[in-house]
Amino acid sequence: MFKIFKYSFFDLIRSTWSLVYLLFFLVITSAILYMSGDLTKAIISMMNVILMLIPLVSTVFGAIYLYNSREFAELLLAQPIKRKSFFLGQYLGLSISLTVSFLIGVGLPFIFWGVIGSKYLSNFLVLMGVGLLLGFIFSLLSYWVALRFENRIKGFGFALFIWLFMSVIYDGIFLLILIWFESYPTENLAIILTLFNPIDLGRVLIMLFLDTSALMGYTGAVFYKFFGALNGILISSMTLFLWIIIPVFFLVRYANKKDF
Amino acid sequence: MIEILNLQKSYGKNLILKDISLSLERGRIISILGPNGSGKTTLIKSILGLVVPQIGDIRFDGESILGKWEYRKKIAYLPQIARFPENLKIKELLNLIKDIREQNADDNYLIQFFGLEKEMNKALRNLSGGTRQKVNMLIAFMFDSPVIILDEPTVGLDPVAITRLKELLEREKDKDKLILFTTHIMSLVEEISDEIIFLLEGEIYFKGSVEELNQLNGSGNLEKAITNLMEKRNV
Repeated sequence: MFKIFKYSFFDLIRSTWSLVYLLFFLVITSAILYMSGDLTKAIISMMNVILMLIPLVSTVFGAIYLYNSREFAELLLAQPIKRKSFFLGQYLGLSISLTVSFLIGVGLPFIFWGVIGSKYLSNFLVLMGVGLLLGFIFSLLSYWVALRFENRIKGFGFALFIWLFMSVIYDGIFLLILIWFESYPTENLAIILTLFNPIDLGRVLIMLFLDTSALMGYTGAVFYKFFGALNGILISSMTLFLWIIIPVFFLVRYANKKDF
Repeated sequence: MIEILNLQKSYGKNLILKDISLSLERGRIISILGPNGSGKTTLIKSILGLVVPQIGDIRFDGESILGKWEYRKKIAYLPQIARFPENLKIKELLNLIKDIREQNADDNYLIQFFGLEKEMNKALRNLSGGTRQKVNMLIAFMFDSPVIILDEPTVGLDPVAITRLKELLEREKDKDKLILFTTHIMSLVEEISDEIIFLLEGEIYFKGSVEELNQLNGSGNLEKAITNLMEKRNV
């Protein structure tokens, strides 16, 4: 697995797109820091950027990468290697190279602005952690979708739909449900619905940590009331990990029976 | 060496291989022929474990290969299309494959043989189709594997490279190896293969030597014999 990881990581990290991704984060983070002039505000602005963009970029990269390396995958799978090692290695190469671009692109400007040594360091680290997890989750989902669909257009469409659904449509449906069932207690439902959307989970996790109740929104408030800050943080971060572990399980199971 | 027992494979409702049974032995060059969509590639890929058959078994040195991977140490494979990761150099690609196979590689000799010395540090995206196919062959032939499987090896090669390929195949055959390849080029089959397996609609329609096939059809020309085979079936 490590051999495959090494090759796909070095292949990807040298691609133009990794560089573009890194530069993009450098520019936008610097701009936000410069304009807000304040670490807390910058962290909250960056949260919105990260929650939107990391899932999108990871989705696009995941599908493109799988489709581009399809023929090569065939050659490697004909070598003495387990399918599981191949696919996990390639997925790790993909997600870690994306994460490196993100960590450097967002991290450098914040470090330059003195986030290390300030009291906002832990908030900043949570922000980075959520970005990292979302990158892992969405590249995994689109990698899996692309593996399932031989037809590139279908695969791409479906992967993008997952992103659109999680980042936009889901919240709309969520809101409608809350309005329809206005007269019933909806806290449990709200919590369950949040657990099923990694982007919402990420948002709740950051909010609970920042302890900015004004920004928490309904789900954040429900989480806070139900679990308290600490348990809320624990539950939401553990569920985010489940969002990686469960799809990895399905990915491996599917890869073992697929024809190439 | 390789035994295929009642192999069946379908994609959805499409039955590609219908009950194929074969026994392949060392020291022979065997060509798998047949029209497009007759199941040649699927058969090869089943042996490689790339395609998972629904019914039947494949045995390598007496052991079933289904769900296994270690047996592939003994197989070299030349895929039909050579597409490599864009940002790697040839050198790095070779190192990756060597790293995976953990076997001794005879690459320096082959690099000279194909005249690739100057390209070793070039990124793979900058190579021409023919050069990429040479790299593809380099990967397939640099290990001393008892079985060599080639899927349409001549596509995209210039005449010099084709001659080189034939030389290589003869050399490997003399080492008592099993060489299995698919092609549409009949002159190549006539020249090098000891045995022909002719697939038609997922079944073995003919198995034997070039001479036998010619005799069977009463024509002195392999291309005609093959065409006859296909046409008879359609009537």
